[in-house]
This record gives sequence, C-alpha cells and structure tokens, in this order.
Amino acid sequence: MTDLTKLTIAEAREGLKNKDYTSLELTDAFIANIEAANAQLNAYITITADQAREMAKASDAKLAKGEGGALEGIPLGIKDLFATKGVHTQACSHILDGFKPPYESTVTTNLWADGAVMLGKLNMDEFAMGSSNETSYYGPVINPWRKNGSNQDLVPGGSSGGSAAAVAARMCMGATATDTGGSIRQPAAFTGTVGIKPTYGRCSRWGVVAFASSLDQAGPIAHTVRDSAILLKSMASVDPKDTTSVDLPVPDYEAAIGKSVKGLKIGIPAEYRMEGMPAEIEDLWQKGISWLKDAGAEIVDISMPHTKYALPAYYIVAPAEASSNLARYDGVRYGLRVPGKDIVEMYENTRAEGFGEEVKRRILIGTYVLSAGYYDAYYLKAQKVRTLIKRDFDLAWENGVDAILTPATPSAAFGVADQDLHSDPVKMYLNDIFTVTVNMAGLPGIAVPAGLSGDGLPLGLQLIGKPFEESTLFQIGQVIEDAAGSFEPEKWWG
Amino acid sequence: MSVDIDTVKRVARLARIKVSEDDATRMTGELNAILGFVEQLDEVNIDGVEPLTSVVDQTMKKREDGVTDGNKAKDITLNAPASEDNFFMVPKVVE
Repeated sequence: MTDLTKLTIAEAREGLKNKDYTSLELTDAFIANIEAANAQLNAYITITADQAREMAKASDAKLAKGEGGALEGIPLGIKDLFATKGVHTQACSHILDGFKPPYESTVTTNLWADGAVMLGKLNMDEFAMGSSNETSYYGPVINPWRKNGSNQDLVPGGSSGGSAAAVAARMCMGATATDTGGSIRQPAAFTGTVGIKPTYGRCSRWGVVAFASSLDQAGPIAHTVRDSAILLKSMASVDPKDTTSVDLPVPDYEAAIGKSVKGLKIGIPAEYRMEGMPAEIEDLWQKGISWLKDAGAEIVDISMPHTKYALPAYYIVAPAEASSNLARYDGVRYGLRVPGKDIVEMYENTRAEGFGEEVKRRILIGTYVLSAGYYDAYYLKAQKVRTLIKRDFDLAWENGVDAILTPATPSAAFGVADQDLHSDPVKMYLNDIFTVTVNMAGLPGIAVPAGLSGDGLPLGLQLIGKPFEESTLFQIGQVIEDAAGSFEPEKWWG
Repeated sequence: MSVDIDTVKRVARLARIKVSEDDATRMTGELNAILGFVEQLDEVNIDGVEPLTSVVDQTMKKREDGVTDGNKAKDITLNAPASEDNFFMVPKVVE
C-alpha cells in the first residue's frame, strides 16, 4: 500500500471519495508518524489521538453515504494559539498553564464543520513572539531539514515553527498557523512548505490568542499551493464575532490555480535588495523573475522607498499592542498564579514567572512606548510611518501592478541556540525584514518553495497581493511551484 | 532616546512584572538596543501624514446593544486558579 502520509490534501480528497482508503487509515498513518518523530522534532505539544480517531470515524460514516464537507476526513495539526474546546490552548506559554477553553475558535470551527480531523496542538514561539520557535515554554522545534552532510539541529523558523515542521515531516497533511510579522511565511520558507497570510480581516481572529491585534492574521501551511488554497477556503469566513472580519464572500481559491499569468504585471521592488544579502537569495529571486517572465508575465521595476522603516515601526506597534493584550494574564482568571504578600505582588510574581524572556522584553518595550510623554515620539510616529508604507503599496497597485515578487527570508534556516542571534535581539528580528511590510499594510502574502541553498536547505519566494486578491497569489504561486518543483527533507528522524 | 535602569524598573512596575537587579541591568541593555534600532524612524518626514488607524477600508461594524450571550458563569470561572461559587478568588484588596 502507498504511504498515505505522502499524499497531498487534493489527492487524499479524491482517494477518500473513491474509498481507496478510509479517513481512519489516513489518520492512523499520521498518528504513527507523529509518535515516531515527535520525540526528536518536538512539533506537537499535545497529541489528540483518541479525538482524531473519533473524528475520522465520523468522517468515514459521512463519506460512506457519499456526503461530507470540503475537508472531510483530512487530518490537520492546529497551532497552540487557536482555542480548541477542552484541549490544551496555551500559546505555548507557562502563564496559561492548564488552560482548556470551553469554546472553539471560529477558524477551527470552520475546519471541523468542513470535516477536518484534529491530530493535536502544535508547538510555537510563546505568544507567537519569535522567529525560531525557541521562545516556546515547551522547548524548540527541530527543523526536519539539515544541511548536506551535517547533523546540526536547525530551527524551523517561527512563530509557526511547529506547524511548518509538522507539515514538512509528514506529521499532518496541513496545519493552521498565524502571522503577525512573518510567522507563517518565514517558517514555510525554512521548511520547503507553502504558507499564506491572507488579507487582514479575511480569517476571523475570534478565539485566536491575541498578540498584536492590528497585525495578527491566521492562515494555512501545506505542501502545495493547491492544498493551501483548499485550506484557506475553509478557514476564511465572515464572522460577526470579530468586528475586523470583512464582509466579503470567500471565493473558490482553487479555481485560480492553473490559470495563465500571461499579461499579469509583477513588480520587483528595488528596496528589497538589502545590503549584505547572500548571493544565493539574489539568485533565487532572479530565477523567480525568469520563471514568471517565461510564463508570460510582465516584469516591472518598482520603488517602495519606505521598506526599510517597516521593521523598526513594527517593533513599536507590535509590542505596544502586545503589552495591552497581555495585560489580561494576571493570575486571576486563568492559568498560572504565583502568590505574593498582596494582590499587586501576586500579579508581579505571576507575570515574572509565567512569561518568558522575549515576551517580557516586548511587554516592557510596549509599556515604555505607550507611557506618558512618549506616545507621540514612538507609537504615533510609527503609525504615521505605517501610512507611508501602505502608500508605497497603494502606488504600485495604482500603476497597474498585480503582485509583487520578493525573497521570503534573508537566509536559509539557522542553527538552534545560535549565539550570535541570541546575544542581540535585533539580529533575530531582521528575519522578518521581507515579510513584515505585508502585515503593516494588511496585505496578503504567500511563501512558495523555490529552490535549495548551497548547503541543501530550502529557500522560498514571496508574492504580495492586493487586498483580498489571494486568488492571484495562488495563480502565480502555482507557476513558481511548477517551475521549482517540490522539496522533501531526507528522513533522519523517527 | 535611551533608558536607564531606574526607567526599566519603573516600566516593569507599570507592566506588573517583578524584576531583580540583575534582570533590570540586562534588560536595560536589550531595551536600548531595540530603541536604538527604532530610532531610524527619525529620518522619515512625517509632516502632514495621518496615522494609520485601519489597514482595510471598512467602517467599523456595529451591533445592536442587546444581550446575545450569557449565563455562563461556570464556563467563565472554569479555568480560574481559585474560585468559589462562580466568583474569582483574589488576595484581600480592601481592608
């Protein structure tokens, strides 16, 4: 029998419908992979095997009757940031110890309504703050990819590192993820998977643990462009429970796949050519340009002069919003409580012990930039710069550009516990340099695997689209995938 | 702008996070590195630029001011570290 875990979602959807195998068989194959690999990769923090089998059986009953939703019987992993009823939901933080919500996030509700099966909860950076999945209370996730001839453990990127690693190592067919500054696209690029952050407002944020509310968006990580289109179609919805959810019907994203890109105008922004950028990233970008040109797209040089200010503005806006959102963790309503001599000391002790170093750093920065006398100098200025960043994109669209092509990350995956990156927090932040502009402007962005580095590690290209034009990204992304092929790590685990 | 150790302690107090002398010393350096990085924004001319308040061109949705949910006291206190009769328990705050 074929290895069921090697199937794409699109293939499994057909196989299940044709009764070539059952969802229970498919689910069991993934549970076996998880049990074999998780001790080494640490992608899952909770495995819900019993629940998965019950959901799979229910799907099989529907499939037997020729019924079922768009994802009927498809086993998925869920990032620990999404509230799942009665199941571990802690944003991989110590401060949410034992938290099991009595409710379900809108995104996961949509997935279960379409028939998907939950395999478990995935590791991530604490409160989605990180670019390496090393800030998790549950320890780092290990990238299934290694450099040629090396045994060194590499990071899968972050914050959705568990999601990306689980997909790459065939521990789920696809995974939910979230992206505040690059947390879907950077780990997708580091693991040879496809990740899309949709337009702000496309997926409901209800029931997703908040980090920076004006930037947070949920999206999928999957093996192929088509699979990510299938998942996004189910995840996205119009939700009255989220006032920033946009009143637009969710299109059939799959319909865009296979459409010609002939005549589409692809912008190449000069400002993404960063000083000190490795030659192989530049080469990858040039390859992407020629693939799209060969497919009939028109390549145009564009200028986005405020690009370099997106990351510094982000490191004011995101911590400011985080410091406010994370004020709720006080040891009273949920999670960890560390006693003190009075209520204030209880708050201070609880938050000192419950939050990790990176989270504390961002809360302090956020508290400082919002404190009396500094608001105008920092937060207000950053929001004005954000207007200029968005205007750069608006000008490109006004000039007829359909999508923008950039590298996804400034490098391939790096080592776990990299001394250089850990001694200077700003160096770690630079991982998001190509992705963060997209969050600041609320736009959709997709990372598609495009090649391997000299060391044999995956590298990705990013496509940025107009608001709510995710279909265009899937259309162009498929052209890159067709030209680049797909990438599978050599199995050394399990 | 940069912060000194007293400012870090004051901000930590505002954020209700207990910090030791050593923590505060280390954090002072880290916070100054981040504040130094964001100083680049001073180069940008923001005269006459409005701050961005929403990335999506949509009027904020409003709902009717009616009760749509409730009677879930048990659910709400379910995850509390200490609760009694559907009330959250905290150390004494009023003498």
